[in-house]
Amino acid sequence: MKETDVKVLQEPTLSLADQFYLPQVLKGLGTTMKHMFKVVALGQDRVIQYPEERREDLPVGEGGILRQTYRGVHRLNRDEEGRVKCVACFMCATACPARCIHIEGAESPWADREKYPIKFDIDELRCIYCGMCEEACPVDAIELTSIYDIVGLTRQEMIFDKEKLLRIYDQTVKEEPM
Amino acid sequence: MRFSTRDQVKRLACRPDDPTIVGVSHSQDQVRTFSLLGGDGWIDEPIEPPGDVESEEMIVNMGPQHPSTHGVLRIELRTDGESVLQATPHLGYLHRCKEKIGENLPYYQFIGYTDRLDYLSAMNNNLAWSMAVEQLAGISVPRRAEFIRVIACELNRIASHLVSFGTYGLDMGAFTPFLYAFREREYILDLFEQMCGARLTLSYINIGGVTWDLPPGFEDKLIEFLDYFEPKIDEYNRLLTWNRIFVKRTAGLGVISKSLAIDYALSGPCIRASGVPLDLRRDRPYSVYPELEFDVIVGRGEAGQLGDCWDRYWVKMAEMKECCRIIRQCVRMMPSGLFRAKLPRNMKVPPGEIYVEAENPRGHLGFYIESAGGPIPQRVKIRGPSFVNLSILPELVRGVLIADIPAIIGSIDIVMGEVDR
Repeated sequence: MKETDVKVLQEPTLSLADQFYLPQVLKGLGTTMKHMFKVVALGQDRVIQYPEERREDLPVGEGGILRQTYRGVHRLNRDEEGRVKCVACFMCATACPARCIHIEGAESPWADREKYPIKFDIDELRCIYCGMCEEACPVDAIELTSIYDIVGLTRQEMIFDKEKLLRIYDQTVKEEPM
Repeated sequence: MRFSTRDQVKRLACRPDDPTIVGVSHSQDQVRTFSLLGGDGWIDEPIEPPGDVESEEMIVNMGPQHPSTHGVLRIELRTDGESVLQATPHLGYLHRCKEKIGENLPYYQFIGYTDRLDYLSAMNNNLAWSMAVEQLAGISVPRRAEFIRVIACELNRIASHLVSFGTYGLDMGAFTPFLYAFREREYILDLFEQMCGARLTLSYINIGGVTWDLPPGFEDKLIEFLDYFEPKIDEYNRLLTWNRIFVKRTAGLGVISKSLAIDYALSGPCIRASGVPLDLRRDRPYSVYPELEFDVIVGRGEAGQLGDCWDRYWVKMAEMKECCRIIRQCVRMMPSGLFRAKLPRNMKVPPGEIYVEAENPRGHLGFYIESAGGPIPQRVKIRGPSFVNLSILPELVRGVLIADIPAIIGSIDIVMGEVDR
């Protein structure tokens, strides 16, 4: 360090009130009390009492979820006849940065497409919920829903298979149409 | 490569049994190399105190569980009573081989991993990576996307500075500002959720633009938030910034002089607090920043000395107002149109190399990419601002009291996800 960089400063002298720090404490408490009044008396708080009150039930401006954009658990969409929409093109599995989608394709029994998935597993513990599978899908078969709380007792339980993903579609299709 | 005679040569994040890592020692004009495996001349020998003073030294490990080290940083302190003689930060608890992962994934897939670098400013990380790839591949970004990007980045800068302000108050013993800071941050996270569906790991800014367009009515919500937020900054200044107790605790502590800041290649609020007006948004403008009007906040040493902890804190507080100014201009100027350039799904990048830096909330985040052609980069190097800023810590804490260390670490404002990466 150069000599010119060194700057010696005199410590500012404190007044008697400053030396006790009490006025500063009271001033800070004043602001805190003002906020407390706003919360307790006027009800202007941002707290959601979670298990009783859930974000899905709140309007978007007040802490609710915007369902169309939320990136939660995946679902596999069905077409009009209730069949799985996926054509087993492996686009989502290729686009996945976490490599958590495992698909096994097979000859399709239906006339409108060549292939369909007989196995479609997503490891929800490996997934990073980036939404790239949804973006990559050419037939809008895979989508991210607004379900954010998934639990399981074993790791095996958290690998969602095709049936489970289709069930999530049935569960969420009312609130989130395709 | 030459190391100094003090020989602070050590592994950062390699396998402990890796025999290829070699230390170099320059003692008495004799260059000596030694493997870190053998016991030959390894460096952590205690330094003898000068003179014949009788004093007992103690090695104290601060962290990795210590709450004020902001994550998993371990600092090995050599103390004499209450004062610190030497501090050695130990890293690597959060090392996840990010650079190596980058060399094994296609360019667009690494976006999700940049979120987890400095997890408090995911948007800014995404932007830096996207800009690097775009410049390497020669992609031009639609104008609307540029404005959306700037809005997202500045919102994230506010959110990041709010965390910094809240936790700094917490380190100093003021609990309430922390709650207020997180309440305001909640509004921003809600806005992010409407933009892209995630709150922390955003992956929103993408190569060629942004992944989704803004939802309808988003601009009004943005202005509503700014109208709510801007008066709050003044309130926090009254509550914490000018509080006599807080000023006494931080002013004049951990002073970084101008030349020292430049020597250690600091960036972001750390160097601006020392009086160096270095801001890449203005000095090496990218995106639409040249069209926007904003001030670069520089520390003036109002409370104590230029470049002390209080100055570093103050720069962040004042920058939040500038962020609000930038967002307001962006909302006014934002055109309609495309939000993402049309790109082939399996994008090929021509061979070449590039180094791009962007101004993150914590400093310059740089990405060096070397491409040999094809969809996967050959080499990725990340220059993390927290990592570089942390390097000044041993210099700063020499001679201070142990109780002052949280104040100094908090003011440097590191995120361990980026230090270790």
